Amino acid sequence: MTDDFRLDTIQEDALKEVGNIGAGNAATAFSEVLDRKIEIDVPSVQIIPLEDVSTITGSEEDHVAGVLFNVTGQAPGNILFIFPSESIKYLVKVVMDKDIEPDNMGEIEVSLLKELGNILSGSYLKSIGDMTQINMIQSIPGFSYDMAGAILSSTMISASKTGDNVLLIETEFMDGERKIEGYFFFIPQLESLKTILNSLGFDNNG
Amino acid sequence: MGSEEIRIKMAEYHVTKPPHVLVTLGLGSCIGLALYDKYSKVSGLIHYMLPESNGKENTAKYADTGIPFLIEEMIKLGAKKRNLVAKIVGGAKMFSFGDENSVMNIGQRNAKAAKKILKEEGIRILAEDTGADFGRTMRFYTDTGEIKVTSYKRDELII
Repeated sequence: MTDDFRLDTIQEDALKEVGNIGAGNAATAFSEVLDRKIEIDVPSVQIIPLEDVSTITGSEEDHVAGVLFNVTGQAPGNILFIFPSESIKYLVKVVMDKDIEPDNMGEIEVSLLKELGNILSGSYLKSIGDMTQINMIQSIPGFSYDMAGAILSSTMISASKTGDNVLLIETEFMDGERKIEGYFFFIPQLESLKTILNSLGFDNNG
Repeated sequence: MGSEEIRIKMAEYHVTKPPHVLVTLGLGSCIGLALYDKYSKVSGLIHYMLPESNGKENTAKYADTGIPFLIEEMIKLGAKKRNLVAKIVGGAKMFSFGDENSVMNIGQRNAKAAKKILKEEGIRILAEDTGADFGRTMRFYTDTGEIKVTSYKRDELII
């Protein structure tokens, strides 16, 4: 089973660049909040089969925090952050000067992660919007702290309209010592992908 | 113990006999559906992702193609259809946004599909642990037919 949509190298590069600009701004916002330098990896653009999404951040049973946004407007889709357990510990330490075990997180720590997600996805979407002139609005954050496999599979299966593949624009965040690592996924719907590519001057006939 | 664990990933299935343990890790909205013949102890587990195939071919990925297929494979291994009983696990809704009408409710649809198809096949559901908002790992012990469900948000459960 294949989607009726494939990316050529130029389109892939264009999406990478979109991801890069979005994530660059998000990293700057993140750095400001944390008052330390946060770096980003070069984004990867991948069309991957849904069967494979459970393990893209590690083992299925790793406990992670997921912050999910529904994106509406001209290019609907989803944004998902994954913060691994160790990163949560460290983020809470940096921002709140508190030692916690992520398995025993309270409401305040959850709010912190949601708010970080909010800031990051807000600046990501804004910079993509500025670049493409496409209006995108993010929902309030949904939150789950649970097994990575459950969070990733449920999110991606819902996000995929075809039920076969999902297009991920993925970026990893880290600080210099790799004590804070986070995964950022922008998951545009197929139609949104066309809208984004068109806005960048790529005429795509599907 | 000493029994070998067999992992069943998304869109996969497995049919076996004791002493193997059939395992799926981190079920979210997916369903782990276990079928068991308590006389022959032929055991099957499918980890499907969506309720309907709509003509697509990846058998174990969908409830409507996967469950009948699993039954057939078990019969090939010596199970009798009239002896089969079912247990279903998963079908959670991991995220909530306050407005509950979203596409996020695939979990519910997946659980419903299992019940509908099992009814059509005349197979009784002995137990289920579905829904809610947390992930589940299931271990199906084929020597007893018991299933251990572990999750982060709740105590271990044997069904």
